[in-house]
Amino acid sequence: MPAPQCASCHAARAALRRPRSGQALCGACFCTAFEAEVLHTVLAGRLLPPGAVVAVGASGGKDSTVLAHVLRELTPRLGVSLRLVAVDEGIGGYRDAALAAGGGRRRAGTSRSPSWPTQTSSGAGRWTPTAGTGRSRACCTFCGVLRRRALEEGARLVGATHIVTGHNADDMAETVLMNFLRGDAGRLARGGGLGSRGEGGALPRCRPLQLASQKEVVLYAHFRRLDYFSEECVYAPEAFRGHARHLLKLLEAARPAQQQLGRAGLGPLTPPDQSFYLEIRNSGHLDTFWIGLPPNPSSVRSSPSPQ
Amino acid sequence: MCQVGEDYGDPAPEGPPPPRPGHELKCVKCKEGLPVVVIRAGDAFCRDCFRAFYIHKFRAVLGKNRLIFPGEKVLLAWSGGPSSSSMVWQVLEGLGRDSAKRLRFVPGVVYVDEGAACGQSWKDRARTLADVKLILQTVGFPWHTVALEEVFALPPSVLRCSAQEPVGTMGNYKVAVDSFLQQEHMLGAEGVGGSPNSTQGEEQLGQPCTQDPQHPAGPPPADQTEALSRLFDSVKTLTAKEELLQTLRTHLILHVARTHGYSKVMTGDSCTRLAIKLMTSLALGRGAFLAWDTGFSDERHGDVVVVRPMREHTLKEVAFYNRLFAVPSVFTPAIDTKAPEKASIHRLMEGFLLRLQAQFPSTVSTVYRTSEKLVKAPRDGCAAGPRCLLCMCLLDVDTADSATAFGAQTQDCSQMRPPTPPAEAPTVPCCSTEVGRVQNCFRGTKPCGREDSRARVIEQLCYSCRVNMKDVPSLDPLPPYILAEAQLRSQRYGLAPRLGECWRGPSRRWPPWGKVPRVWLPPRASPEIQEYLVESSDDDVHTGGSGAWGPPEQEGKDGQAACD
Repeated sequence: MPAPQCASCHAARAALRRPRSGQALCGACFCTAFEAEVLHTVLAGRLLPPGAVVAVGASGGKDSTVLAHVLRELTPRLGVSLRLVAVDEGIGGYRDAALAAGGGRRRAGTSRSPSWPTQTSSGAGRWTPTAGTGRSRACCTFCGVLRRRALEEGARLVGATHIVTGHNADDMAETVLMNFLRGDAGRLARGGGLGSRGEGGALPRCRPLQLASQKEVVLYAHFRRLDYFSEECVYAPEAFRGHARHLLKLLEAARPAQQQLGRAGLGPLTPPDQSFYLEIRNSGHLDTFWIGLPPNPSSVRSSPSPQ
Repeated sequence: MCQVGEDYGDPAPEGPPPPRPGHELKCVKCKEGLPVVVIRAGDAFCRDCFRAFYIHKFRAVLGKNRLIFPGEKVLLAWSGGPSSSSMVWQVLEGLGRDSAKRLRFVPGVVYVDEGAACGQSWKDRARTLADVKLILQTVGFPWHTVALEEVFALPPSVLRCSAQEPVGTMGNYKVAVDSFLQQEHMLGAEGVGGSPNSTQGEEQLGQPCTQDPQHPAGPPPADQTEALSRLFDSVKTLTAKEELLQTLRTHLILHVARTHGYSKVMTGDSCTRLAIKLMTSLALGRGAFLAWDTGFSDERHGDVVVVRPMREHTLKEVAFYNRLFAVPSVFTPAIDTKAPEKASIHRLMEGFLLRLQAQFPSTVSTVYRTSEKLVKAPRDGCAAGPRCLLCMCLLDVDTADSATAFGAQTQDCSQMRPPTPPAEAPTVPCCSTEVGRVQNCFRGTKPCGREDSRARVIEQLCYSCRVNMKDVPSLDPLPPYILAEAQLRSQRYGLAPRLGECWRGPSRRWPPWGKVPRVWLPPRASPEIQEYLVESSDDDVHTGGSGAWGPPEQEGKDGQAACD
């Protein structure tokens, strides 16, 4: 059967089909479309204002590699400057190769891009998850929290005003499912928008790749010939996220493009000043879930919600 | 481990499992009876304490929420299954004269015969109906049996929600009750006005009040049965079938309630079922409506409120209660009986949640508690917006929204055929979908018929209903009331002007800031994306590589390139 033509430029032969829509595209058009979508997300969500200094959480994995590359392509359009920050959690065998690769030079993809100012910050020195607590089973929960803290510190050291991370749509869908399964109403309430506005003096964070599915991220890396590292953390099999991931895979098999549905299941992804229909009563973020928790004495909504 | 706030205990003990409650253990409540059932994570109850616990839960749910007024007519939606049978039995016992603090509303029972949608023959259905009638006569409430085929005779008014003042909160309950009683008194409604004492359920013998008086006991009209079978056979996936069945059933019960003057409908969703329903709704794109789908009360239909009094009972408790106290129920095969686990999202989620529950025993209750925390009101007066045609929730789809991917997904959902080449619509290259065609039609350039009516229906649906309709290739077999209401609404409100905007995907005009950089195809692709690559014959030119691919992070499907 003759190979289909690219649906957008009609000049080149199609090299792939987009996972979400099944559209046949050539490599160049797909990469362009991907970048355009990320740009649209950033612009429409007003995530990175012009003049911002953006710290990219660069772990060396596929998401952060693609993120760094895409943002590099988009910097002239957005008017921002980039810094790379890598975090060393101290878990043996996890980030060693990525960090040893020099923080940013190998991830440039092609030789013509300069190496960026990079910063490696360690979360509280070289800690191991079992050291402080004596329990190795639940370390996944606070690993993420400490990593964010380290990212924040690293970002401040390079003088950044915003932090971006490479979470994709699959990650967000897994997070939502996981939070429902764990009953984590607080995280559900906070995690709805396209990023956090930075509460308590923290730097604003956002996730430009939030609407791109994981498969598209890998395809982008493939077509742009980006190198990345994909070692799995040794504690990953014990993490609860594994259940959510497994569920998402099952759902995807039952109905393709499921992670988009899972994500969109929270309502339309609108700019932060419009709403989902769920909101936490005592939080300042009115762009996420409505959840009736007991009011926090420090900040209480004035209008009572029907119970 | 899986519940927030739960103290992280020590790692699970590797020793022998804790001893089962034997004859040396006593009921945890009364400390003297012999335990017969273990509830939750090890609470052993004796028979009487279990019964008291069960009944107390039922009353507590009704009492806590205070939505049912004394003397109100309440329709019990009975499917024959264990949960709804238990609910009917609880209501029966609760209305008994000798029960403490007896319930004070006027119940009726409705049974929907869905055999045609499940492909059953009329003989099997008649047999089931006979069992059903036997039980209903024992129960003694006024009952109605309706066949699902009667959706074809529903009026379009079913889909309109009448404006209703919101039920008052705790403080206003007395006021609400007073005004309700006044209303009933003025209307002089039979069986409700005056003293509630005169409307004991047992005194009214069950009169068969079927919807169609011409066919009291025989099969429904053959053309309706055939139309229903045709509708369900045309739906491609089991998920969409289940959702459609649920929608039609809801509309039918609503109609019965409205016709016979019931203002509340009680459904027998148990805690387990609601937890599964919550997760399924998430996966189906109904995240914005979780509070209505899984909360105690569901007022989106306006005058008829759906309540779920069994929502605190787990399936295990229901099953044990039914067995210990001989609650009659009827088994009817459903549309997904004996379906494999991957057949539909509902089955998948059920299997997943029950397996997780086996590993983490608090899963179901955790998910249920989260559903309790969901608050309904949308922000800032969005309550007056247009409603979905089928599920009557506020429309949550905004095609002009910021998120490109979501907009593209929505557009794909309304796409019914593969996109025509952009040459047909040169100004808007990506708009070669139904929407674009409809827009063109309105400019009078192209004839349209079927696509127009389909687009008309689709645009009035919420996101999840649209996704379900994607699996319904043609909207003609749908019952006429849906199509009629869609027509009426579109004539009244016109097509939404926002449909003209859509995401402009890659076209010859991209990228706006410069030319497309040249891209080399890398030598090897990881297995997980193989299926999306069209052909890889030219990729073998380049050799070597940085070798840093590593093991794929997820098991990719072994690929044939998807060339269809």
